[in-house]
Amino acid sequence: MTITAHFLRETAHCCAGISSSSLLTWRHLRRLAPLAPAWLPGVAQAAYSFNFPEPVTPIARETLHIHNEFMLIITVLFVVVFAIMIYSMIRHRKSVGHQAARFSGPRGALQWFWALVPFAILLFIDFVLMGIPAVKAVINMEDTQTRADMVLKVTGMQWKWQYEYPEAGIKFISTLATPRDQIANAEAKGEHYLLEVDQPVVLPVGKKVRVLLTSTDVIHTWWVPQFGVKRDAIPGFLRETWVLIEKPGIYRGQCAELCGKDHGFMPVVVHAVPEPEYLAWVDSKKAEAKAAAGSSERTWSKDELIAAGKEVYEKQCVACHQSEGQGLPPAFPALAGSKVIAGPLFDMNGKPAKDGHVDRVMNGKAGTAMQAFRNTLSDVELAAVITFERNSFGNQQGDMVQPAQIKALR
Amino acid sequence: MNTATTTQPTPHDAGHYPGGLMRWLTTTNHKDIGTMYLTFSLIMFFVGGLMILAVRAELFQPGLQLMQPEFFNQLIGVHALVMIFAALMPAATGFANWMLPLMIGAPDMALPRLNNWGFWLLPPAAILLTLPFTLALFGIGDGAIATGWTFYAPLSVQGGMGVDFAILAVHILGISSIMGSINIIVTIFNMRAPGMTMMKLPLFAWGWLITAFLLIATLPVLAGAVTMLLTDRHFGTHFFDAAGGGDPILFQHLFWFFGHPEVYILLLPVWGLMPHVLATFSRKPTYGYKAQVYSFIAIGLLSVVVWAHHFFTAGLPVPALFYFMFSTMAISLPLAVLFFCWIATMWKGAMSFETPMLFAVVFIVLFGIAGLTGLILADVAADAQYHHSYFVVAHFHYALFAGGIMGVMTGVYYWLPKWTGHMYSEKLGKLHFWLTVISFNLTFMPQFFLGLAGMPRRIPDYALQFAEFNAMSTVGAFILGLSQLIFAWNIWCCVRGGPKVDGRVWEGAEGLEWELSSPPPHHSWETQPVIK
Repeated sequence: MTITAHFLRETAHCCAGISSSSLLTWRHLRRLAPLAPAWLPGVAQAAYSFNFPEPVTPIARETLHIHNEFMLIITVLFVVVFAIMIYSMIRHRKSVGHQAARFSGPRGALQWFWALVPFAILLFIDFVLMGIPAVKAVINMEDTQTRADMVLKVTGMQWKWQYEYPEAGIKFISTLATPRDQIANAEAKGEHYLLEVDQPVVLPVGKKVRVLLTSTDVIHTWWVPQFGVKRDAIPGFLRETWVLIEKPGIYRGQCAELCGKDHGFMPVVVHAVPEPEYLAWVDSKKAEAKAAAGSSERTWSKDELIAAGKEVYEKQCVACHQSEGQGLPPAFPALAGSKVIAGPLFDMNGKPAKDGHVDRVMNGKAGTAMQAFRNTLSDVELAAVITFERNSFGNQQGDMVQPAQIKALR
Repeated sequence: MNTATTTQPTPHDAGHYPGGLMRWLTTTNHKDIGTMYLTFSLIMFFVGGLMILAVRAELFQPGLQLMQPEFFNQLIGVHALVMIFAALMPAATGFANWMLPLMIGAPDMALPRLNNWGFWLLPPAAILLTLPFTLALFGIGDGAIATGWTFYAPLSVQGGMGVDFAILAVHILGISSIMGSINIIVTIFNMRAPGMTMMKLPLFAWGWLITAFLLIATLPVLAGAVTMLLTDRHFGTHFFDAAGGGDPILFQHLFWFFGHPEVYILLLPVWGLMPHVLATFSRKPTYGYKAQVYSFIAIGLLSVVVWAHHFFTAGLPVPALFYFMFSTMAISLPLAVLFFCWIATMWKGAMSFETPMLFAVVFIVLFGIAGLTGLILADVAADAQYHHSYFVVAHFHYALFAGGIMGVMTGVYYWLPKWTGHMYSEKLGKLHFWLTVISFNLTFMPQFFLGLAGMPRRIPDYALQFAEFNAMSTVGAFILGLSQLIFAWNIWCCVRGGPKVDGRVWEGAEGLEWELSSPPPHHSWETQPVIK
């Protein structure tokens, strides 16, 4: 986490408001600071960030500006008010022989004037000094449609993000890439611990992107601090926001709404690249999708399916059903020895058996965290992961599902 | 009967109540019930505190060390429910029970049996709230509510039976609070000493009066919301499910229609108490009595019309954003009047700084930070960054710990000698004060910076750039938690013995409660005093 000199300067006066309130404590912190790395083996960098990270969109810049301005205002209020109080606490003490006055309210015009001045000042601060920039910023923030260049659809699901580019016809899921061993402290943590994904969103720099948000299960919140954008993804509804990234780079954020067990493990990573690079990426993604579609036509061997299925399992299923298929009962049932897996795949008419393995994976189970993967996984991925589960964790069904069979069900 | 009472003028002071446990189960005496409320509150304060210390221990370093995320999510939600409903609210009700009759010259609360019932609903509710933890140990269910204290649907629809336990607990706690509120309103309206007009009512009573009305106005809405949740979970309704024509955001509207006033429900009794303490230790009359009363009323009214600022990021229409932003900012005006009156009460007084006064002064400063950060949180644009981050966590702990709990501590130190007849240890009190203030800031100040840097709340594990501030916060939290043992010990010793105090206790204390002996007789004000 690097902070530019500019931000340090901003920080110095902006955060004075908060820290001056507790000078004692603050000094305390500073003294403790050098100790921090000693407490935290394996954490190389000592990062003290006192303000928003560097803004890279117009909204984030405006937000930072407003934040800094407000911090300045409340710091002044804080200092003035409590300077008066502290002055009084020093001067008007019994121990220095001060005699208590007996007044209990404003008397006379002058005192009424002095009592009403703070009220008027605050009225001015609230509705003019803070109010006007706030109104401007909100109107700007909510204007998602004017001159929007493209649309990105973001779908939150427990506990990953699906990104869809409707104009380009691209759709993929982005999941946490940090190995579980790092989370369990079994291996050293990487630089972008918990803020790295397998497939980042790629967006062009300098284009206004209208972001549509929804969810398949519970409420999630899509947040990238450097974009100044945070918006809820609500199941059954569309919400929208927009970003216009001004600078190429990799931007990281997280889900901000408690969404269940792995709420802390569904990061957002955005690669902002110049437009030609973006277009090349779109082409490569399209080619990838085409190849995947082609591969669902051919017949796969069981070993191929199991190998591919293991990869899918480790991205999509492992969070709940766990690495050995033991699950986390009762909320997340075990796959090892599962009755669903032991049952038949298809019924007599060639349809997926009701509450059978294929049905469960494709359609999910209502009222539980088991989601429908019909629209989030490809034919090959579905066939592979089902085949893998039937032949792992001690399950020995011995059969398999071909991608073509899944395709026929759609 | 009439003749019997007139011919028997001696106050039946000697306790003619059953001994042992039956005394406490059957008591209708406001002092006994107040004591039970306060004791219950203190116990639950430690229960909720232990939960959050486990959470802070987990957050000491990146990585999962002590617990799995499911358990982490249960701890944070139950911590909040316990602290709000079982620690802070009963503490305020305990104050009201003990002090309102003494302060307004009434012999007891108006509805003594209701009072007893109101208290005895609390322990079962607390057990319901925490029982799922124990059941999970025996393999029954998957633990307590894991949605945070806000119950947001659809996560709560998806959750295990811990959610049902919490819904039931909230219902019971709500019934208890509504009964307590009815009792307080009836007492204040009907049992004031002759001559005590509403505009001579002690400010503590005014603060509680507004709180009681807020509780009666908003708790039924919470009860309705969680009942709708219950039917969504078990009886096939779709209030919060878009697939059946419902709306998850409806739940947030209903919840925060209660949830925002709840903040003021927790704070108004403390705001009512502050002027008494400040006036006592400044040896000077309260400044701006009428202004404070009108501010209480204004804040009470405003608090029920600003709820949606708790979910600005949910995608509200622009006019709604403006309305909720400006109505929220408007609260700063009456609140500023209170700050002005508090400081003006101290101005040109003859101050001394015993423990209650120290807590009161620091309350003003730290609650000032909560208020000022609240003002900027009201801004919709900046809120996009603060919302759901540790900035908010820090903000509301400045409001509810520094504002709420430290306010309660102010009251405990202020009134403890009155309740027990003994002086607490000033030395231990000051030690407790300094440790609490320093460790509180060490705990929560870093959380402002964590939030600004982009750390979301309610995550069991975090990216490496958040490590240093989290470590500090955890160290602070443990010192804060341990310091409270001094508080409990000081109270214990004061109840058991200590230097005797007279009725007035504090040199500058004024008001009816100080006219009685310390401790006051079991039945006080059997003959009502007359206020001139």
